[in-house]
This record gives sequence, C-alpha cells and structure tokens, in this order.
Amino acid sequence: MARAVGNPKVRKQAPVAVLKNRYHYDKNVLSGSVTEGETVKTQAAVQISHLSKAYGNVAAVDDVSLSVAEGEIFGILGPNGAGKTTTVECVLGLRTPDTGSISVLGLDPVRDAGELHTIVGAQLQESALPAKLRVGEILAEYRSFYTEPADVGELIDGLGLAGKVKDYYRSLSGGQRQRLSIALALIGRPKVAVLDEMTSGLDPQARRDTWDLIESVRDRGVTILLVTHFMDEAERLCDRVALIDAGRVVAIDSPVGLAARASGGKSMRFVPSAPFDDRLLTELADVGTVTRNGSHVVVSGTGELVNAVILTLATAGVTARDVQLDTSSLEDAFVKLTGRHLHEEGIPA
Amino acid sequence: MNTHTLPRPKAPHSTTLQKAQLEKTPLEKTPLEKTPLEKTPLEKTPLEKTLFSKARLTRALLPETAPRAAFGQIVRNEARLAWRLPAGLIFGVGLPVLLLIIFNEIPSFHQVQASLGGLTAFDVYVPILIAMVIAIIALISLPGPLVTYRDQGILRRLSTTPVPPSWVLAVQLVIQFCITITSLLILIVVSITAFGLDVPKNPGALVLAIVLSIAAMFAIGLCIAAIARSGIAARAIGAAAFYPMLFFSGMWFPRELMPALLQNISNVTPLGAAVEAIQDSMQGQFPPAEPLLVLAGYALVFALIAGRFFRWE
Repeated sequence: MARAVGNPKVRKQAPVAVLKNRYHYDKNVLSGSVTEGETVKTQAAVQISHLSKAYGNVAAVDDVSLSVAEGEIFGILGPNGAGKTTTVECVLGLRTPDTGSISVLGLDPVRDAGELHTIVGAQLQESALPAKLRVGEILAEYRSFYTEPADVGELIDGLGLAGKVKDYYRSLSGGQRQRLSIALALIGRPKVAVLDEMTSGLDPQARRDTWDLIESVRDRGVTILLVTHFMDEAERLCDRVALIDAGRVVAIDSPVGLAARASGGKSMRFVPSAPFDDRLLTELADVGTVTRNGSHVVVSGTGELVNAVILTLATAGVTARDVQLDTSSLEDAFVKLTGRHLHEEGIPA
Repeated sequence: MNTHTLPRPKAPHSTTLQKAQLEKTPLEKTPLEKTPLEKTPLEKTPLEKTLFSKARLTRALLPETAPRAAFGQIVRNEARLAWRLPAGLIFGVGLPVLLLIIFNEIPSFHQVQASLGGLTAFDVYVPILIAMVIAIIALISLPGPLVTYRDQGILRRLSTTPVPPSWVLAVQLVIQFCITITSLLILIVVSITAFGLDVPKNPGALVLAIVLSIAAMFAIGLCIAAIARSGIAARAIGAAAFYPMLFFSGMWFPRELMPALLQNISNVTPLGAAVEAIQDSMQGQFPPAEPLLVLAGYALVFALIAGRFFRWE
C-alpha cells in the first residue's frame, strides 16, 4: 500500500491554503516537494470542499475543505463543539450541507446514500445497542446488511471480543461496547471507515489494542477518517491531521509537521564529556543558538539538529551525555494555532 | 456534475488568492470522476421534495443496496427482544385473559339484561377486552422500542448502513401485529370454548372491524413514537392516552349505559368506535358505516402525522 504521507518534511512548509483543494494538493505533490522514494496516491478517498453547516444562527462547520487520500489514516482533531462530528455526519450523508460539496470515492453522500453506505462503515458517538441482545446476535444482524461482509471470528478476535459472543450487550463493559461498535463499523468490509471518538471510555491497554487493530485495517487498504480529541491518539495513528477549531480548519499537516510549526524549531540539551568551544556547533548550518546552563549545554536549531550536533562533537572527541530533546506536541501546536487548549470547550454549539 | 455544482460559498474568509486558485481548478477533470463506483450519476433523478413521492419512498423503504435477507435477521432479533422483555406480552396477552376469567366468575355477568340490549355483561365485555388488547399493544408496546432505539442512537447507526432504519419500524409493526392477533385469537377462542360465548355471527365483518381498529390504534402509537423524546415520555403519553380511551370503550361503564352525551363522545373515540364495530359483528350485523369511517379516519390522519413528524435521530 503506497503511503501518501507520513514524512513530516513533505508539507512542513506548505501553507494550509495549498491543501485546500485537490488540484493544488496534487500539484504540490507532483512538483517534487515529496522526498525521494515516496509514492503518492493522488486518488482522494474523501474530498470535502468548502463545507458549511449551521444550526440556526450558529455555524457548526464554516468553510471546511480537506482531502483524505486513499489508504490514509486522517485525523480530525479539535475541542468539543469544534464541528468535528458535524463534518463527519455530512460525510456519512446523515446531514445535508448548507453549502459546499463532499465526495466519498466519487459518491455524493446525500444523493448516493445507498451506495455510500455499502462502502463506508461508521462508528458514531453515543450510539448504544439493544440491552437484551447477545453480542453474536447483534453481529449476525449487522453482518446480514452487507453483501460481502467481513469474517466475524477474525474481527472479534482482533477486538478482543471472542469470549463475549454469548453475552448480553447490557453486561458488556464500556470498553467492550465501544469495541463492538467498532466491529460493526468494520463488519461490511468498508473502503472508508469513519470512527468518531473510538477510544473514549477505553482503558489504556484497550486503547493500544484498538490502535493496533486500526493500523491493521489500514494496512488492508481501508481509508480511515478518525475524529478525536486525544492528541496521543492522533500522534500515534494519523498520517495527517486537520486541526479544527470553531468550525474552521486551522491547519492540516502530519502530526510531526504540526508540532514542528508550534515550536518553530527544535532544541536539545546534554552534558558534554569534555569541554568544547561553542563555535564548533554554531558553525553548523542547522544550529541556531548554543547556551550553557550549569553543566548542561542547550542547543536550538532546525533540521537534523541532533545528528549534526552529536556527529560534530564525536569527531572532536566529545561525547554528549544525558541527551534530552524538547519536542513540541500537537497540544503545543493547537495552543499556538488557536490560542487555547485542546480540552477547553469550543464555541457552544 | 453534482458533486461540484453546489453553490460555492461566498467564502468571506478565503483570500482573493484562494478564490483565484479555485477558478482555475480543473475540477471537472479530476480523477475523482472516474472512480469505478460512480455509475452514471447524472442520470439519477434528484431527490424530490414532495413528502411521499415514489422515488423518495423507494429510497427510504426499499433501497436497492439493502440485502432483503437482512429483514429476516431484524425480525429474529426484534422477536427475541419481545420475548426477553415480556412486559408487552404480559399486559397485552395475560391481563385480558385474566380479566376474562374474573368476569366469567361473576354470576350476574351471564344474565341477559334488557339495559344491555338483551345481551349479557359477558357479551358486552368481550369486545371491550378486544379493544383493550389492541390499545395496550398499540400505545405501550409499539412506541416503546422505537423511541428507545432513537434515543440510544440505534436508528442513527442504522442510517449509516445499507439497511434503512424504516425497516426496524416495519419489523416492529409486523411483530406487534402478530402479538395482537395471537392475543385476540386466545381471547376469542377461550371465550367461546371455555366460557360459552356465542360464535361470532359475522366473522368477515369482525375481521374487518378488528383490522381497522388495529390500524387506527397502531397509527396513534406511531404518532406517540414520533413525538416522544424518550422512552419515559413515550410511556407517559401512552398511559395518558390509554385510560381516557379505555373509559370511552366502556370498560368501567358499558357504552349502552352511558348518558347520551358520553355515548356521542364515545362514538368518535377510536376505542368507542372499535367496540361498537366489533360488538355489531359479533351479534351478526354488518357494522354501520360510522364507526368504520371513524376508525379509518384515525388510521389515516395519525399515520400522516406520524410520517410527518417521525425523526430517525
């Protein structure tokens, strides 16, 4: 499976506007800003162009454009009330956009809803199942909705539900219910899976297991649109992330690329094994400043900072000990780009 | 190409540059158009705006993409649920039979009374119990699951699958109809064989009266499902509708003994009309047009209201 993205360098410098429509997205990709050895699929699995949706006078989604490549895990990250769910509801044909257009593998979600639902699987927030049905009965029912369903045994093994087939839905824990919900999203062997807050309510182990499962699903070529407000999830899983705030796209980039934007550079600190002249490092292209803090040396810069510093020191016979990297996170990126924290409430919907 | 012909927003936030880029964008020639999944989208008729257009109904009720076998699977699971949560079965089937047994034990209930038009109280109460069975199932059993499914997002989840949520509604109607018919058969057969009720003298009219009564009451039940926002609200509305209707059916005060005013009101209530039509059929007459028209009217009006206001989420 060719990976469209993944290398943060690809679009680190690309302005958001470039990614706003596929023509320029493709142009950007084809114009050689992609590093060697990387193939880029130009087919968009999900194409959202200038989507807007208001409830009454409140704009839930305001001119959102994004393009999800086939085989990509694409994250929509933002605080509560940012318009993430409304966006994917429009993608699923559950809501009709006020303006703008959406194409999912060439289908219009509202007009072609029937066909769309055969190739798209969805796990939505706050959707329960009948309390007095057994897991196996629920799976059998939803399996019958599709002409080429997945292998139920394989699916529930991957989700750790194999021992629960005879259990009533109401006896399942929150995490098990969530995993059953994910199983139902994948049971039709979708080409595109939309997962809305799929790991909320899961314990840490179950979250990691679910991430593994999602990666294995993607490895089979399924495009995944992941709505989340967990940064670690986006950092771990997503090839690219759209940061959404107050109904608008703030930035689209790889998680690393977004984080790099926030910091505006990298910095490292270490304890040198022997004294050295600062100029040794400041002469390097990637190094910005060198400061000393007691026994620690703090170097800030860009690019392949760490390799350059350590190699240069090594040739001078100095070893860098206790190396620490100040890496900025998606959270930093979010704060920098929107001026507030991810877990603050968005504009009340 | 519909995907792209939606009016572009004025985009107050986008820069002139972006707009300029947009104009140049050769959208109509993107590879997106050539995906194999897209089968002649332009020939498809746009979704019509009218409420009950044929195209719209087909899409909502029988989309080509929904495997027909799925209906059977839904029936199986909904039947399991009806069996595992038997409140509806107990009240809809058990309670009327219990009342029948109690009435049978009251000696005066088998005496012919002039005030009841030469019938026994038992004769009068069998149609009332039939109406009660229909009312319990229509007002309590039918809306409950539908409202709960909407409340819990089950209908919304179905909206993302090839199977339309309307199938669950249809399955509920089928299952509750079957339960009603079973309950009524038990009630009538027990009355005849065990308690000496005369065999209904106009079975054809009886079937018509019962079917119209079920249609009227189920339509009212669907209306409750359409307007209630939670399972608790549905039960409250159902109960609030049930007791006045039951009063006018003559449960506490047979219609024959009601003062003229109450009798006139009873004639235009769904259960009053149902009891009148069923009573006449059992005594061998074809029921007059009035109660049948009242029942048909309730069925039509409430079905339209339910169709207008029902929400899948």
